Amino acid sequence: MSEQKILPREVLTGEHFTTGNHAAAEGAIAAGCKFFGGYPITPSSEIAEHIALRLPQVKGHFVQFEDEIASIASILGASWGGYKSMTATSGPGYSLMLENIGLGMMTETPCVIVNVQRGGPSTGLPTLVGQQDIMQAKWGSHGDYEPIAITPSTVQECFDLTIDSFNFAEKYRLPVTVLMDEALGHMSEKLVIPKEEKIVRVNRKTPTGPPEEHLPYLPDKDLVPPMATASSGYRIMTTGLTHDERGYPVINSEAQEKLVKRINDKIRLNKDKIIKVEEYQLDDADIAFVSFGSSARVAKGAVNRARKKGIKAGLLRLITIWPFADDHIEKLADQVKKIIVPEINYGQITREVERAAHGKTEVKGVFKLGGDIHLPEDILKEIERS
Amino acid sequence: MSRIEVRFAGFGGQGIGLMGRLVGEAVSLYEKNKNSVMTQSYGPESRGGASSSDVVIDTADIDYPKATELDYFVVMSEEAYDKYIPKLKKGGILFVEENLVSLDEHADKAKKIYKIPATKIAETLGNRIFANIVMLGFVCANTKDIVSEESLIEVMKKKIKARFVEKNLIAFQKGKEHSQEG
Repeated sequence: MSEQKILPREVLTGEHFTTGNHAAAEGAIAAGCKFFGGYPITPSSEIAEHIALRLPQVKGHFVQFEDEIASIASILGASWGGYKSMTATSGPGYSLMLENIGLGMMTETPCVIVNVQRGGPSTGLPTLVGQQDIMQAKWGSHGDYEPIAITPSTVQECFDLTIDSFNFAEKYRLPVTVLMDEALGHMSEKLVIPKEEKIVRVNRKTPTGPPEEHLPYLPDKDLVPPMATASSGYRIMTTGLTHDERGYPVINSEAQEKLVKRINDKIRLNKDKIIKVEEYQLDDADIAFVSFGSSARVAKGAVNRARKKGIKAGLLRLITIWPFADDHIEKLADQVKKIIVPEINYGQITREVERAAHGKTEVKGVFKLGGDIHLPEDILKEIERS
Repeated sequence: MSRIEVRFAGFGGQGIGLMGRLVGEAVSLYEKNKNSVMTQSYGPESRGGASSSDVVIDTADIDYPKATELDYFVVMSEEAYDKYIPKLKKGGILFVEENLVSLDEHADKAKKIYKIPATKIAETLGNRIFANIVMLGFVCANTKDIVSEESLIEVMKKKIKARFVEKNLIAFQKGKEHSQEG
């Protein structure tokens, strides 16, 4: 028998100097990801490259598929096979995945999709940064569903929040998107990976009663049904059609109301547990940035510079971008005389902030259409104009 | 300490990315209370032609991750010099591979210019591939606020393949010992 060199290490505890892409891959492995199905695309390819090397070391599986449609289908299937699963892509690939992301929402399939955003539309700027898929992550697939999407700002967060994303996926049973961007994916900075026992891993609920009585879509009080693994003895049933608690298609308004309401409400009712923000220098602020991802780094720098000039600036950084932090924005709108929203697109989150601010304060977007992140001066100008 | 921006640049194959990674990692992991972010030229611009890697160093969190006004510019090819010299800050410090770069009037804004025959020195060690590490040795010995020698050596021992470590440490030493008036 040939000996294989296997490093059975799922958590590479220690200090590293690495990129956001590698950190996301390590976060996935630390979260217990055992299956990656993907199709390489710039600027996300290093995730696939790294996880292809690492998964076999932890008895996981890596498959490169013929395209993104097969990739997302494979991770849904792997999830029903009991694996924590992930794919990574960028805008054009995410567009192709949308139909099956909807299938994942309807079949309540836990999985994680990392979208390392580049400039669009279409093939756009393959090698350069964008934040233009924010609304796509919310509304991209058809029908009503309540997605979870997370926007890291540092290499450390690419690791930490990928773990959180797996945990949300498992807890609430849905595909979760990690919305990174090219700048973050490719920059190297310090990453501290904690000890294995410090990593929180959430696993999906599985059924415990007699298999013959199991109803695959009968929810518990938290609106989330326990999920059986294929071939575990419990029956499973998956369909994109509106279905009843048995998983059988039922094409009428009553079944639709019951199912679609539940798969939305299981997120809406828990949004306070899902929404994470960072409040920076907000206590006495009379002007605030709302930002996320790479843009939020620059906004933080602008806050520091503004403070040095005696301007009471602060930052509300959105860590969870979907569901949207409506309550935080409304509270902020009561406090400050202006909210500035820097984002690398032509105005996506700005509209959400306007909606949530209910006209209580002025909201002004500072847009950059992709290709580079804002310079601190770009957004400082907007503060000084106030 | 306030923010410092360093750019290493040259042509593909000189190990420009490695210079940035070594310095970035040495600062981030081995220097107390200092942060660094490293970025590299990427995509079509990194395929042939000029290659670059930037390291931003600060005691505070690094907000803007890329270099905009270079405090230090370490350059090992003519094309990279032409492309990036406008980014050198007025009063910045310029390190050039003296046999591969010819200076023009842009260099006048530098407070100090060091010319190092890094490739020739590397050839005396048997391979020009060590020119980047010779250069790094010289830069390390002639600057105070980028990175310490100890930290860089730690990282080289960790990051460079075992069978090449010794040669690289010699190259680093040679660069360090090369003396030249600025």
